[in-house]
Amino acid sequence: MQKNPIIKAEHLTFSYPGDSESKPVRALDDVSFEIEEGSFTAILGHNGSGKSTLAKLLCMVNYPDSGKLFLCGKDLTDPDVTDEDILAARRDIGMVFQNPDNQIVASIVEEDVAFGCENLGIPSAEIRKRVDQALEQVGMTKHARSSPHNLSGGQKQRIAIAGVIAMKRKCVIFDESTAMLDPLGRQDVMNTAMKLNREDGITVILITHYMSEAALADRIIVMDHGKILRDGTPSEVFSDPEAMWDAGLDVPQTTELLYKMRQAGLDVRLDLFDVNDCAAEIARAIKRARGGK
Amino acid sequence: MKADITFGQYCEGNSLIHRLDPRMKIVLSILYIVAIFLAKGVTSFALLILSAVLLVGLTGLSPAMILRGMRPLLFIIVFTAVINIFWMTGDVLLVQLGPVKIYLEGIINAILIVVRIVLLIVATSVFLTYTTTPLALTDGLEQLLSPLKKLHVPVHEFSMMMTIALRFIPTLIDETQKIMNAQKARGADFSTGSLLQRAKALIPILIPLFISAFRRADELATAMECRCYTGGEGRTRMNVLRSTAKDWLFLLAILLLGTAIVLLNTYFPLYGLTL
Ligand SMILES: Nc1ncnc2c1ncn2[C@@H]1O[C@H](COP(=O)(O)OP(=O)(O)O)[C@@H](O)[C@H]1O
Ligand SMILES: [Mg+2]
Repeated sequence: MQKNPIIKAEHLTFSYPGDSESKPVRALDDVSFEIEEGSFTAILGHNGSGKSTLAKLLCMVNYPDSGKLFLCGKDLTDPDVTDEDILAARRDIGMVFQNPDNQIVASIVEEDVAFGCENLGIPSAEIRKRVDQALEQVGMTKHARSSPHNLSGGQKQRIAIAGVIAMKRKCVIFDESTAMLDPLGRQDVMNTAMKLNREDGITVILITHYMSEAALADRIIVMDHGKILRDGTPSEVFSDPEAMWDAGLDVPQTTELLYKMRQAGLDVRLDLFDVNDCAAEIARAIKRARGGK
Repeated sequence: MKADITFGQYCEGNSLIHRLDPRMKIVLSILYIVAIFLAKGVTSFALLILSAVLLVGLTGLSPAMILRGMRPLLFIIVFTAVINIFWMTGDVLLVQLGPVKIYLEGIINAILIVVRIVLLIVATSVFLTYTTTPLALTDGLEQLLSPLKKLHVPVHEFSMMMTIALRFIPTLIDETQKIMNAQKARGADFSTGSLLQRAKALIPILIPLFISAFRRADELATAMECRCYTGGEGRTRMNVLRSTAKDWLFLLAILLLGTAIVLLNTYFPLYGLTL
């Protein structure tokens, strides 16, 4: 089934203007890709490789220096594009940031979830309905009237996700949203993100440092020094662990283990990212090796 | 560790007064304060005290707690009372100790002034600080002042600033605590030494705090922009403030109270306040 690209980037470049002492920093360099509607894409890359810069470009917070950017089929780099067009595009793409604290505006959970809808000028009764439903969907209904300050990091990120749901956005970018969370909070946010993608068909772009999270995606884009280094399914991208290590990145622990076993002469597949699958594969390989003797 | 602070002194509750429209509560407290300043005679003050007792009863808060809230102002209360007792002259001399003369008028005046101050505090606590969350107060103020937007007064911007400040105060308090602990672990000493030394010891706390606050502000601005915030224009609210019959009843009651006070002042003042 051919789906429309919700995001299409062609030769995007972007530099941060340098100040009096420093030269401009080229953060994105000739980046081209397409994101299909309803897909789940992970973006990997070491610190400073331009992931956040790309995310900000996609949210229209920053504008590319050159190249073309289409959101939902609309060319936003067209010289005639108006502020209204940009605002309209911004409606469709949401972002959940790394620091859960610095994206919550109101001191009551439900008011914060409503913030985006209020900005869109949606009638009060409709906002109420959407907020209640969004809180239900992320499992935070019983905290609707509490202060975000007293919630855990994972809960705060779920509030941010509820804000995205309430705005009925088509695409959401998670910019290292799990980086500051404990393992439980991380699991929480990942589950919510997966559900968003699988059940509601929302396009998810997940920027992360955790290979286990990236392995859950349909597709992985690896960035390095502002360029796209690799682009493919998790099996493809992780099939060459040496290349990933050279780029200063990791592979999932299962892949690393399987790779080491393969180097030791065991005949195993590399593209298994679930611990149980990995264990089964190793057991099978060992049995085969014994049986072969 | 979470700093669990309530700003001002808001007390959770579900009383009739808690549920009043915050806009009306702001108006009511202003009118009540006007009424307090209109009162001159003993009778009108008696009426005010009666109404204050009734109001405190309606909030369901313990009167002891409201009285305790006055402790910071105790000095001012005692000071005004003493000045009135010793400096007021009148017709009925009660005590004379050398040059010090105490008149009946002085004592009555002192009592009435103390009552006036206490009533002022009770009025603001009952209508505003104890029964209205700061957020509701901000919303109420924004909507009350919204006609000023036509005069280009940035009402929405101020209210947004207040909302964000209320949101981030606990976060920044937590952060201050963390930075202080980090500096203490490095041997900083905040509790001994001269005032100047202690003030200087705060610099290593303030600088990281400011840097982090600026970074937060930057990230928050980006996040708000991503959520389509473009200022107050065209914005709707989820919770619309609504005045109901009970709000208007309260307004009527306060207006009646004011009228009664004016009438009592003119026709039945008993002892008049001269100040
Ligand atoms: N606001 C900024 N001003 C100047 N340079 C920046 C700014 N933000 C990021 N950079 C630079 O741009 C490059 C890419 O950064 P970023 O997109 O944040 O990377 P990532 O999110 O992958 O860690 C880095 O070299 C970084 O130093
Ligand atoms: Mg980043």
